[in-house]
Amino acid sequence: MINYIRESLSQVFGNKPRRASKAEQSQILQDIYLAKRGTLTKEKLEVVRHEHRKTCCNKWQMRRWITIILVNLLFVVSYYWDIQLLEGAMTASRFVGFHFADLNSALQVMLAYKHVVLNLLIGTATVFVMWLLLGGRTFCSWVCPYHLLAEWAEFLHLWLVKKKVVKNHSFHRKTRSVFYVIFALLALLSGYTVFETISPTGILSRALIYGPGLALIWVGLLLLFEVFYSRRAWCRYVCPIGVTYAVVGVLSPVRVSYDVEACHHEGDCRKVCEVPHVLDLTIRGMAFDLKQDVGSDCTRCGRCVDACPTDSLLFKIKGLDKVL
Amino acid sequence: MSSSINGKPNKPVRSLRKKQANRREFIHSAVLTTAVVGFSLVGLLPVVQGHSNRLRPPGAIKQPLDEQEFFASCIKCGQCVQVCPVNAIKLADINDGVGIGVPFIDAREQACDFSCDGLQCVLACPTGALTHDLDYPADTRMGFARLAQPASCLAVRGEGFKGTARGPEYQGLLRYDEIDRWNPLPVAEHQYDLELCDLCVRQCPIEIRITQCEEKAQDSENTASLGRVAEQHGNECPPKHAIQLRQVGDSWTPEVLDGCVGCGVCEMICPLEEGPAIVVDIDKTADSV
Repeated sequence: MINYIRESLSQVFGNKPRRASKAEQSQILQDIYLAKRGTLTKEKLEVVRHEHRKTCCNKWQMRRWITIILVNLLFVVSYYWDIQLLEGAMTASRFVGFHFADLNSALQVMLAYKHVVLNLLIGTATVFVMWLLLGGRTFCSWVCPYHLLAEWAEFLHLWLVKKKVVKNHSFHRKTRSVFYVIFALLALLSGYTVFETISPTGILSRALIYGPGLALIWVGLLLLFEVFYSRRAWCRYVCPIGVTYAVVGVLSPVRVSYDVEACHHEGDCRKVCEVPHVLDLTIRGMAFDLKQDVGSDCTRCGRCVDACPTDSLLFKIKGLDKVL
Repeated sequence: MSSSINGKPNKPVRSLRKKQANRREFIHSAVLTTAVVGFSLVGLLPVVQGHSNRLRPPGAIKQPLDEQEFFASCIKCGQCVQVCPVNAIKLADINDGVGIGVPFIDAREQACDFSCDGLQCVLACPTGALTHDLDYPADTRMGFARLAQPASCLAVRGEGFKGTARGPEYQGLLRYDEIDRWNPLPVAEHQYDLELCDLCVRQCPIEIRITQCEEKAQDSENTASLGRVAEQHGNECPPKHAIQLRQVGDSWTPEVLDGCVGCGVCEMICPLEEGPAIVVDIDKTADSV
């Protein structure tokens, strides 16, 4: 538990995932790694992949896309037809009358304004508990409207990379932590919620609900940057919203769980992952345990669950197996 | 990018390359940080230049200097936009910098006429950016009206007004209490026929409310006091008049009084095509003039 929290936070703030030393691995785990040596051939992998392709159909991706679209559509129709189900925008809203406030937006406002109104406190606490239960960065991949556009831009980017038209450029992952501190300080010192000016999540959400504006040009530029220069750059290296929810997610029971035994270590999961460092534990010899949970920087998008040919990565709700 | 482990002989070359790659990554990251933070700071420009001042919804400003606190506390969710019965509130775009997503009112296009009675936008605000200290429209301090073009004012020129105030194409709404208490109606559908134009006084929500209070008080003179009427209707009788037509020699002139809250209805309803004779100054309020 403590190790999971420590390792998760270390990854969130931009450190490389730690490799388990021999002393930290159990004999059984070492034996499993040893037994795999020389037996995981390419031919075997192709057979497994072939079998996997027959069974799956990007189940989680479909569920997720439908969820993102439905949640954002609920905002839109609530206002358009005045049904008052989900009023407001992604930054703050009222769901059947209950206050909801995006944790990062609320934090920016609190830092800038230096007062907290009770309604905001209630909204923030409600949303905190909600994402604590649902997985923290689940917000990113299941709700954030920018995530969906960025995913489509990512497909375009990967296609262009394959065609050798563009090259992916990576940045240091600590950049995101630097941004987090800078935007927090800016809000605190300037007294303005500076990050909200450029947050594509807020801009897109408002554009959907209240109609498009010039701000969409900024969102377009970000997407172009991601298509032609750096894969998923905003979510990976900039967005403080992701950091906030990653910290909340440290204590969340909803996780992706990794099982070493059947894993081929071929890395199909890391190729599709938005934050591939969280899946470094699938590299041969990296894991601490036979079964290990993926760190809280994971957005719980389920792409790796869809991609894994051996079902070594699965969603789990911690503690539920004990209850049932 | 970490590559797979190769043979030992070329290790020095590899580590050198890795060092270079690391340095490149660091420089790239620094450039990215500077660029994104730089762009976000451009958002402060409209504030520094003072371009961001606009008419705000009720509760946003008590004192003219509250603009900064309003920007700081607004979470940019637009819940105030959603509850306004006359759609007076709009959200600013990115050319307003850090004011992006912050609500404002374009009074000439659609002023706040307090159709909602209860200051719905204030109640909807989750962060207190629209302060909950207000109970009634008369408590509001949005700005203060001023007769900016007395020479073109129809009343000053002694002229009447006939027709629809802003032409048939105008989209704006106002509450015409005598026709429909609960639904604001299009200004374009309302015909006026006035011997002397007094639209700014006639449509002033504060003045309308005062007249209602007085009528109600007279009707029930023996049974209830003025305050009791206010209590029953959940909309306090404004303590001060906001605007009146005052006679100056042979002519008349609209005179803005202490009770003006700066809602902008006078600016909206002024029928002059070339622009309103009366406007709301947002840097003044009834408390500061």
